[in-house]
Amino acid sequence: MMTLNASKIEPNPIRHADVYRNDWDSFVANQSRNGSASDRAHELRRVGWEEFNRIGFPINRRGNELWKYTDLRQIDRMPFRFGAPSSGISLEAIAKMVPLPREWQNVVFVDGVRDPSIADSGSQSDGLTLRDVTAYEQLGALAGCESNAFVSLNSAFLDDGLMVDIDHDVESIKPLHVVFVSTGSDLGQRAVYPRIAVSVGRGSHATLIETHVSMADGSHLSVPVVEISMGQQSTLRHYRVQLDGEDSYHFATTRVKQGEDSRYRSTSFSMGSSIGRHDVLTMLDGEHAESTLHGVYMTTNRQHQDFEISTTHSVPHGTSDQYYKGILSGRSRAVFSGKITVERGAQKTDANQKDLNLLLSHGAEVDTKPSLEIYADDVKCAHGATAGHVDEDTLFYLQSRGVDYDTAQAMLIRGFAAEILDEIEDELLRTFLEDKLDELMPALQQASDTIGTA
Amino acid sequence: MLKIENLHAAVTDSDEEILKGIDLEVNAGEVHAIMGPNGSGKSTLASVLMGKPTYTVTEGDITVDGDSIVEMMPDERAHLGMFLAMQYPSEVPGVRPWQFLKAARDARDGANGEKKMSVRAFSKLFDEKVEEVGINPDLMRRSLNEGFSGGEKKRNEMLQMAVLEPRIAIMDETDSGLDIDALQAVADGVNQMRSPSRSFVIVTHYQRLLHYVRPDVVHVLVNGRIVETGNAKLAEKVEATGYRDYVAVN
Repeated sequence: MMTLNASKIEPNPIRHADVYRNDWDSFVANQSRNGSASDRAHELRRVGWEEFNRIGFPINRRGNELWKYTDLRQIDRMPFRFGAPSSGISLEAIAKMVPLPREWQNVVFVDGVRDPSIADSGSQSDGLTLRDVTAYEQLGALAGCESNAFVSLNSAFLDDGLMVDIDHDVESIKPLHVVFVSTGSDLGQRAVYPRIAVSVGRGSHATLIETHVSMADGSHLSVPVVEISMGQQSTLRHYRVQLDGEDSYHFATTRVKQGEDSRYRSTSFSMGSSIGRHDVLTMLDGEHAESTLHGVYMTTNRQHQDFEISTTHSVPHGTSDQYYKGILSGRSRAVFSGKITVERGAQKTDANQKDLNLLLSHGAEVDTKPSLEIYADDVKCAHGATAGHVDEDTLFYLQSRGVDYDTAQAMLIRGFAAEILDEIEDELLRTFLEDKLDELMPALQQASDTIGTA
Repeated sequence: MLKIENLHAAVTDSDEEILKGIDLEVNAGEVHAIMGPNGSGKSTLASVLMGKPTYTVTEGDITVDGDSIVEMMPDERAHLGMFLAMQYPSEVPGVRPWQFLKAARDARDGANGEKKMSVRAFSKLFDEKVEEVGINPDLMRRSLNEGFSGGEKKRNEMLQMAVLEPRIAIMDETDSGLDIDALQAVADGVNQMRSPSRSFVIVTHYQRLLHYVRPDVVHVLVNGRIVETGNAKLAEKVEATGYRDYVAVN
């Protein structure tokens, strides 16, 4: 199950090991004093800390395929601190950055902690229970620490987190919106380690919106881990919105285990952070399960976005679709590493993978690395990747009708993203993200130089 | 209205001259046909008139109402009332025909200091024209030209022309590859829009379209130059004898 991270990685000494150790020691001491958390949580913290302390950040990239294109030296150079969350952040200030409508059940975390001063907004739904993640017996079962610096860090600093427990046969519940706000303020370079576990009961249908957003421009580190376990015939619509600040670092891990006839559909929207990475693995463990991993990413200036997208079919009749689209400008860079594993016996698997990129500048670069490991013989598996500039004829076509260059360029960029954004059934969310793209448009266009010259 | 004087044009950033001195004057209300063999420069002329950056004017001038347009961007030419029906209209993912045409119409009205049409008024105009042109309304829910057949793309060009109501409409081999129904639809589109204040430049290889749209003036373009100009009868002559004689001489 953890094959993704099992490759033997050379340990790297942590430059600021003392900072991390001091923060961890006082965190653990604090937790023991409070005596609230379970033994399991204590154990997970210890395992996480020991593993992180052993391996350090994967800065040595030689022979390490998982980190071939993403350089973490600047992460290692910064002493990211773990500490009490900023206080005095109002719900109004957060609502200016992300929608918190009554139509959703909103839960807000500030600097990794569910802020008791900010009441959950929206109403509670029957059949959905929110608890501390530390109460979850299966915590860490899907996201293992071994050889994974970021899951280890998250586990080492495991706080209350959020356990989303959805009963079986729950049909209509409001979308659950979990917002992680990083303040980045009053602690220098702050690190936050959000943790969510979701259990979707048999025959239930739910929507999870996971939003990451920064309140300040400074450097901060966000390391979320999400574990999702889906029962038979359940459906989860998962939206992931990454709007962290341009100087921040975001290393996310999502692990999904799907039961028979379950449907997991995710759409991710990533435009934040200086270096961002999302490592997703869906495991189709029950027959006739469907997994859809879609996303759109926008990068500009010197941003770096890395997508490690994996699907493992271990039983027959599974369907999966990985489809990401990137819009790159300036001297930014993106990595798409799509992996499909079809284990022996997973016959009649139907798997697709696609990564399409629109390069708006000569300085932008995308590295696409498809990897298909197929050990069954009766499967359908297709993959494709492209990186292209805006078509000059198309631009001329739009201009010839009276639309100026910038407007035509923006139309084509928006049109490129629309294929993914149009899939978002929640109209409030779709509109919010379309507006976010529009807000980014001037920066994308300013750093562009290839349109009309390709 | 549209005047072309000693127009020379080359492929941008190359010495490959394609138009080698073209003179042409199109008055208001006239329909001019430009006929010629493959590679004669017909499509280049259409593109150069609209300002496609692939080509550079190296000599001569193009004027509209006496003002040179050579330095203008394609959108600025559109604001003057020029329109080019493309030979191969691009497919534009994620952009809906209605949304695109509204933006185009707004841009032109804005540039000309006119009031933008309300969504309601524009929708009414759009729906009327969709029906008039006979394009399948279901296509209007798709991305612009995406998955349209050749004929549907050309009808869509006619729809855009009808909505944008240009003064100078240039048609770049709009008739090529069309079945008889689509050809008839294109011809109807042009004929319905013929008016004393609107001019057409119809670029075509065959005489087919000219059976339905009777031109006032016919030019034969060979090797980047206009070699013969006449009335509608010239098109019939070309149809009968082909371009062989012209090509041999030029």
